[in-house]
Amino acid sequence: MSTQETNSELAGLQTKALLVGALGLAAAAAGFAMDSEQFYRSYLTGYLYWLAPTLGCLGWTMIYHLTAASWGVPARRIWESAGRTMPLMGILAIPVVMGMQTLFPWARPEAVDDALIQAKVAFLNEPFFLARVVFYVVLWSAIGILLSRWSLQQDTEGPQPAIRKLRALSGAGLVLMALSLTFFSVDFVMSLDPHWFSTIFGFLFAAADLLAAMAFTVLAVRFLEKTDSLKKLVNVNTYHDYGNLLLAFIMLWTYMNLSQFLIIWSGNTQEEAPWYLERMGDGWLVISQALIIFHFALPLLFLLTRWTKRNPSRLVFVAVWILVMRFVDLYWLTQPSMSHGGGVHLHWMDLAVLIGLGGLWVGFFAMHLKDKPLLAKNDPRLAEVLEIAGGHH
Amino acid sequence: MSNLFCIAAEFDDEHKLLEACNKTRQAGYKNIDAYTPFAVHGIREALGQPATKMPWAVFAGGLLGLSVGFGLCYWVSVLELPYNVGGRPLNSWVSFIPVTFECTILLSAFTAVFGMFGLNGLPLPNHPMFNLPSFLRASQDRFFLVVESDDPKFEPSKVSAFLETLNPLEVREVEDE
Repeated sequence: MSTQETNSELAGLQTKALLVGALGLAAAAAGFAMDSEQFYRSYLTGYLYWLAPTLGCLGWTMIYHLTAASWGVPARRIWESAGRTMPLMGILAIPVVMGMQTLFPWARPEAVDDALIQAKVAFLNEPFFLARVVFYVVLWSAIGILLSRWSLQQDTEGPQPAIRKLRALSGAGLVLMALSLTFFSVDFVMSLDPHWFSTIFGFLFAAADLLAAMAFTVLAVRFLEKTDSLKKLVNVNTYHDYGNLLLAFIMLWTYMNLSQFLIIWSGNTQEEAPWYLERMGDGWLVISQALIIFHFALPLLFLLTRWTKRNPSRLVFVAVWILVMRFVDLYWLTQPSMSHGGGVHLHWMDLAVLIGLGGLWVGFFAMHLKDKPLLAKNDPRLAEVLEIAGGHH
Repeated sequence: MSNLFCIAAEFDDEHKLLEACNKTRQAGYKNIDAYTPFAVHGIREALGQPATKMPWAVFAGGLLGLSVGFGLCYWVSVLELPYNVGGRPLNSWVSFIPVTFECTILLSAFTAVFGMFGLNGLPLPNHPMFNLPSFLRASQDRFFLVVESDDPKFEPSKVSAFLETLNPLEVREVEDE
């Protein structure tokens, strides 16, 4: 596939995705007019789902610049373009802020009667929440824009000073991302149930975002592997590396979830235990068990084998599987805290928002990707990767 | 009296070695081996050796560790010393998981390490290849391809002549003692 064909293919994807996105969001807007409370609940889950590949890809870009790992070379422009959707995701945070009083118990008037919430009011209050959201959006958008801009500067002006700047940004950026994402997960997910707390939650959230972004990377690289730019770089070893990373992050997700559960189960306190009790009753128990089997055990067994990792079609299957389970996990994290004892009721708006935001996200991703060369020129690892990929098998 | 162990051809880079291995395999020699200073990608296929069974052994070791770990916890907490801790059920599987996990890792790692020794035939105090003086460089910058004397097609003069056609630095016979 020549560069011209790649561009027209991405342009086609962009148009189709934006159309799907518009239809989904139109349906969601109609839903908003009918039942705004349900809209806000559905929107939060869908928003967190599509924010994950954006933040995860920002993370992978910076990990790449710091480690200079050769497996990052083919995916680099894909990650940069995904991270470049951050300003859009920032604008899309507005409905969550609008629905604050519906979504978050601490923002409701009756919170003044709750002693536990009152003890946390210095952090959980509307103006400070708003300020934090603005801070996250500005910080992450700046990182996304700079990673992309300096990378293109490396194409046109040579490796230096672009690489030095990218490495410096990535070092500071990863630390800032880890801290800000921790606070973000407290704000957007944990504070749905303001009595509950878990200290590992931020890292759990970040690991899940990196997992989702890596599954997305497998799909994107598979989609683009026939292009002139990538066909010399991508081979079965590339997929093997991505498969190993998926395996590592599946394990990390499970490890942290179990750590959290084990500690809360052992402690058995009034503030912490109800969060899990809610997820063990009213139909949620089945989802909890399904997460163990389908988000951990089965992907683990598949990803242990070279049979999966060295076969792109099978790895794509596992990646799609993981992306589906990411939605189940986010749904399980957020919905029980909002519907308190309402059982599991997948609403049509959950899917409308998911599809609408997804179309918008994919459309903007394709728009950012089609404007730039798929291969970063002057990449310090490019020659090495070309030699390995074109090498002697 | 000493017998011939193999005939060895010496190369100075891994690409020449891989090519030579491929040609030797295609010439119909079965008992061939290679000695290299580092792991050469694709050497297994070039030598025509079957894929290792180690992953399955490690997986079995892991499953055994899993059963042993969980079984140990279950036996201690439910069967041997049933003790009421804060009213929790005796079979509190959540608290068994760290032990189960560690035992899984432990037995997988043991299987991997000792299985590797077993399949490699280690420890091995000496090896006939050390009778070849230039073999010391196999751990530095030389690559050796050998055709062993128990190969069904082995005939010293023919093997030597064949190896010479692969453009090695040197072809030498190696005695077994």
